Amino acid sequence: MGFAFWLDPTFRLVAVGSALIGAVGGVLGTFALLRRQSLLGDAMSHAALPGIVLAFLLVGSRDLPLLLAGASLSAWLGALLVVLITHRSRIRPDAALGLILSVFFGFGIVLLTVAQRQPTAAQAGLERFLFGQAAMMLQRDVEGIALATVLILVVVLLLWKEFKALAFDPAFAAAIGLPVMALDVLLTTLIVLAIALGLQAVGVVLMSAVLVAPAAAARQWTHRLERMVILAGGFGALSGVLGTLLSGWIGLPTGPMIALCASGIALFSLLFAPRRGLVWAVQLPRGKRDAGPSG
Amino acid sequence: MPFFPSVLHEPPTPVDGLAIEVADLTVMYDERPVLWDVDWQVPAGVRMAVVGPNGAGKTTLLRSILGLVRPVTGSITVFGRPPAEARRWIAYVPQRTAVDWDFPATVLDVVMMGRYGHLGWVRRPGAQDRERAMEALAQVGMADLAHRQIGQLSAGQQQRVFVARALAQDAWLYLMDEPFAGVDAITEQAIVEVLRGLKAAGRTVIVVHHDLQTVPLYFEWVTLLNVRCVACGPVATTFTADSLRQTYGERAIVAL
Repeated sequence: MGFAFWLDPTFRLVAVGSALIGAVGGVLGTFALLRRQSLLGDAMSHAALPGIVLAFLLVGSRDLPLLLAGASLSAWLGALLVVLITHRSRIRPDAALGLILSVFFGFGIVLLTVAQRQPTAAQAGLERFLFGQAAMMLQRDVEGIALATVLILVVVLLLWKEFKALAFDPAFAAAIGLPVMALDVLLTTLIVLAIALGLQAVGVVLMSAVLVAPAAAARQWTHRLERMVILAGGFGALSGVLGTLLSGWIGLPTGPMIALCASGIALFSLLFAPRRGLVWAVQLPRGKRDAGPSG
Repeated sequence: MPFFPSVLHEPPTPVDGLAIEVADLTVMYDERPVLWDVDWQVPAGVRMAVVGPNGAGKTTLLRSILGLVRPVTGSITVFGRPPAEARRWIAYVPQRTAVDWDFPATVLDVVMMGRYGHLGWVRRPGAQDRERAMEALAQVGMADLAHRQIGQLSAGQQQRVFVARALAQDAWLYLMDEPFAGVDAITEQAIVEVLRGLKAAGRTVIVVHHDLQTVPLYFEWVTLLNVRCVACGPVATTFTADSLRQTYGERAIVAL
């Protein structure tokens, strides 16, 4: 097999789109992971499905920005309900997450079935939002993804120390006068945006892998938040490109392929990263295991 | 634009000499009173221990002064201002166990967070902030560990990092939640030195404390709290067997 695919403009377009999605997922996933909110990302991406289908059913068009707006709204609503259920009832956060994930996703599947029974052909391809089909991406979609990526990265860069304080010690952040609640909402909104970006290529089912796996992998290799974010972005981008490539060769949806690549990188890192890797833990005495590069 | 609305660098000198004045403070969590009708006054420049049994509302009292909990009734002023306007002058040392020490950061990264309040939005800490953070680390005897990953620290070292972060805040009122809990002798001595230095600099320090025996050694003022404020005043006159019995019940006598 040659390397002619790099010359194919369609492939390059799709690969760039997937790489950006992976990069953004890795960067924001780092904060989600460190704040122990990885499952929230999973619940939110599943909760996006009814929004996509409802937007289509209500307007009757498969216009991408419209579908993604619907996806964002319903992912947001899902996150809001998780917070409300956790604060206003005796249900624990993990149960609230499971509840929202399954109720929203189930409702989304029902709506999808309804949409597919429609006599017109307009609904064709909606089911691709389940597992993602990067080949669906058009030039203007990738341009939109690029724009959103820049926006998200600029916000993270500008509010770097604020997000860092929030992630490490929210009580202290509040004590020095940071509006912790507003920052939390902003960070969640950025994650919703990242999920919406990834729905086309990765799909609602596996989008959380793009948020969690690169960040978990990056944590193994460094002890600095700065490097962890950059590494996670890099791992995410690599997974995006590799997954798209594999998907093209094997002819499977891109979502599972990207998720497999991201999980592969994470598995390798968990096992073999210097010091923190499980393989070394067998040989090193306890206590030295957590020690790592000092920089 | 700073995180805090106040423009004053130093707090105004309180006319009545009080750093904190709390009146009729009641705080509830789910129908359960955590603090009940607390009247509390802390003179500026003292080292005050807050002692009381578990669930006495000690942490809640600190969080109220920071403006982080909403009281049912009562008023709080810090250097004559409401808590939200006084944050500029307050440094907070939360309980060490409140954070995940496996967070990817070095000792210096964490201490630098003490400078964030001075920087305001968006601005990055500069060389001056770094210098101040290193000074604060030296004050707790940890300058040589500045680049150590925080996951590798002992409990005592973690506690000293938190104290150094508070020192880097250059505050006028220091609120410390159980800084002596579960630490080694070196750390205990280092924190005692810090308290002495803050006293000498005229700063007010309030420490939630659990070890009754060291109260007279480390502090000159004490508050005995058990949901209500049982007693508050100079250790010499307030820290009596009688007031301890009122706070803890009979087992306080065994503890002394």
